[in-house]
Amino acid sequence: MPATQARPLRIIVAKAGLDGHDRGAKVIARALRDAGMEVIYTGLFQAPEQIVQTAIQEDADGIGLSILSGAHMTLFPLVVEQLKAQGAEDIVFFGGGTIPAEDAAELKRLGVREIFTPGAPLSEIIAFVERECGQRRELSG
Amino acid sequence: MIDRASGLGPEVSPEYSELAEQWKAKAAAAPRRRDKGSGAVDRTISDVPLQPLYGPEDVAGLDLTRDLGVPGEFPYTRGIHPTMYRSRLWTMRQFAGFGNAKQTNERYHFLLAQGQMGLSVAFDMPTLMGYDSDSAHARGEVGKCGVAIDSIRDMETLFDGIDLGKITTSMTINGPAAIALAQYIVTAENKGIPRAELGGTLQADILKEYIAQKEWIFPPRPHVRIILDMMEFCTREMPRWNTISVSGYHIREAGSTAAQELAFTLADGFAYVEGAMERGLDIDAFAPRLSFFFNSHSDFFEEIAKFRAARRIYARRMRDQYGARDPRSWQLRFHTQTAGCSATAQQPENNIVRVAFEAMAAVLGGTQSLHTNSMDEVLALPTEKSVEIALRTQQVLAYETNVTNVVDPLGGSYYVEALTAEIERQALDYFDRIAEYGGMVAAVEAGFPQREIADASYRYQRSIETGDRVIVGVNAFEKPDEVQAPDLLKIGVEIERGQARAVADVRATRDNAVTQEALAALKRACAGDANVMPYLIDCVRAVATEGEIVEAMVEVYGRYTEQTQF
Repeated sequence: MPATQARPLRIIVAKAGLDGHDRGAKVIARALRDAGMEVIYTGLFQAPEQIVQTAIQEDADGIGLSILSGAHMTLFPLVVEQLKAQGAEDIVFFGGGTIPAEDAAELKRLGVREIFTPGAPLSEIIAFVERECGQRRELSG
Repeated sequence: MIDRASGLGPEVSPEYSELAEQWKAKAAAAPRRRDKGSGAVDRTISDVPLQPLYGPEDVAGLDLTRDLGVPGEFPYTRGIHPTMYRSRLWTMRQFAGFGNAKQTNERYHFLLAQGQMGLSVAFDMPTLMGYDSDSAHARGEVGKCGVAIDSIRDMETLFDGIDLGKITTSMTINGPAAIALAQYIVTAENKGIPRAELGGTLQADILKEYIAQKEWIFPPRPHVRIILDMMEFCTREMPRWNTISVSGYHIREAGSTAAQELAFTLADGFAYVEGAMERGLDIDAFAPRLSFFFNSHSDFFEEIAKFRAARRIYARRMRDQYGARDPRSWQLRFHTQTAGCSATAQQPENNIVRVAFEAMAAVLGGTQSLHTNSMDEVLALPTEKSVEIALRTQQVLAYETNVTNVVDPLGGSYYVEALTAEIERQALDYFDRIAEYGGMVAAVEAGFPQREIADASYRYQRSIETGDRVIVGVNAFEKPDEVQAPDLLKIGVEIERGQARAVADVRATRDNAVTQEALAALKRACAGDANVMPYLIDCVRAVATEGEIVEAMVEVYGRYTEQTQF
């Protein structure tokens, strides 16, 4: 459980592509921080390659990617691809935004752990991150 | 005793005062709701404290002549026209753009056929950020949030079969606004319509990009310079063109309160006014063509109060602080869009109802034009069907509800007047804090409005988390087994591929020597003091793409990077 770990969970909150809608990303970043995690917010306009690089350098437990521009079917798979290429698939990759249900299903099939859409409660997102990233820590010892 | 300085309503008799006291005692003893959502009973959605009842004592400081006046007269609290919608309805202007120029042109013809009165162009992300469709930065974004416009060829297709001398067009484009204007001018010229006859609006409000929408290109100071060039150019050459629509919409969408939306938007507007005056422009030559763009959120009365306060603050500042003498310079004209951030992905049909209430608030607040959101915009670009319902909502409001028959029908309401005054007070307080930073550009550079908005946005989200506020279908009245309707508008990869081919083709088939010469001249203009507008028009005529024009300007000005905070 997070409380017993040596150091708090470390999460990258990321914005990719040209999408400037950062309200959701910032709210999630704060909520995760308030829940006791270390949060690194990448800022806007990051390339998928940069996001994965940051996660590896920072030894992050998870990456949360926010996309509201409609480019999710391009940018989420590019991050998955980069995680695979860098051998970092164990990093819990999740995301959110204006993403239709059938696209969310396809992204999960490709390896995105969870997609949260507008209206998802913060408590649910926090619980998800604690559970999934906590399990990853246990597995990696 | 109650002061009757306001002259609002009948004389307050001793009998009434006694009744009011009795009511207060009963109200204090009355039971309170304890159900979910009842935590927000004592405040507006923006956390303005509320009383259960408003009476004459709450408007005691209000002066009829000084603070309200009559519609069409200073300070315009009750509206900018003497008879408002009895003379002319608001302009029903639906924001639209998706895929390529040909698809969007078809949507425009559809909307005009359904009774829409003006056009409003939504551009895609690469166009907004100054990248051509074949740029690596454009991956996955082409045609998604709006229409992809790379060169004059796309702009010509976009307005094919539409008489630019008759219709007015609003373009929501900020970073590259001057380029879009140049493209629009050249498109019209090629059809034989002189620029002096063009009517429309450019959003072009770059300060709110740093604050909220985050679609910038250059750093703030050169960006403001380009906007002032544009204002100067339009003042001289385009008498029917509204140079800049100062926009609070995105500030609200980013999570601000109503008072923050009002304060930061007006402060942005005043920054442009001051900049133009510093250039020696006569305020009465440009101010009558400034306009504003506000959000209409779900707190019905707060929004109406916000619109009324906006007019009063603006009129006073323009006259008393900046010395404008033409009454048209005192009048705050505005476009309204219903709040995208109030729409929910859950039970999206409920958004139709939200939009109707928000639209009514805008009309009761005296808007000059209105966009009503479509129910499915929280999930994807709107389908033709949902856009039609959104437009019909405005038509029902205009023709069936009779709210248009009487000017400012809520004027004199104790509650609405007290709330108008309170929101005005909060906005003026923000003006003082902005002045402490040395003005809006400096405040934005220091991240002040950005921080205030992020804090407000988080507070709002927490109030939903705790159940203090209820969002129907989200934290109450949920349908756990809800299945999302599949009929969403999708933009396929073929649009991106086609657009990328088309822009490559444009570059291959033009007279490249002419293009390069025009771009070089533009760079010299950017580095010097010349007005950039004529140089941008030359670049567009020489078929330079938007990405090339922006790149040339970036070589001079650089690209902006944000200091990130959350």
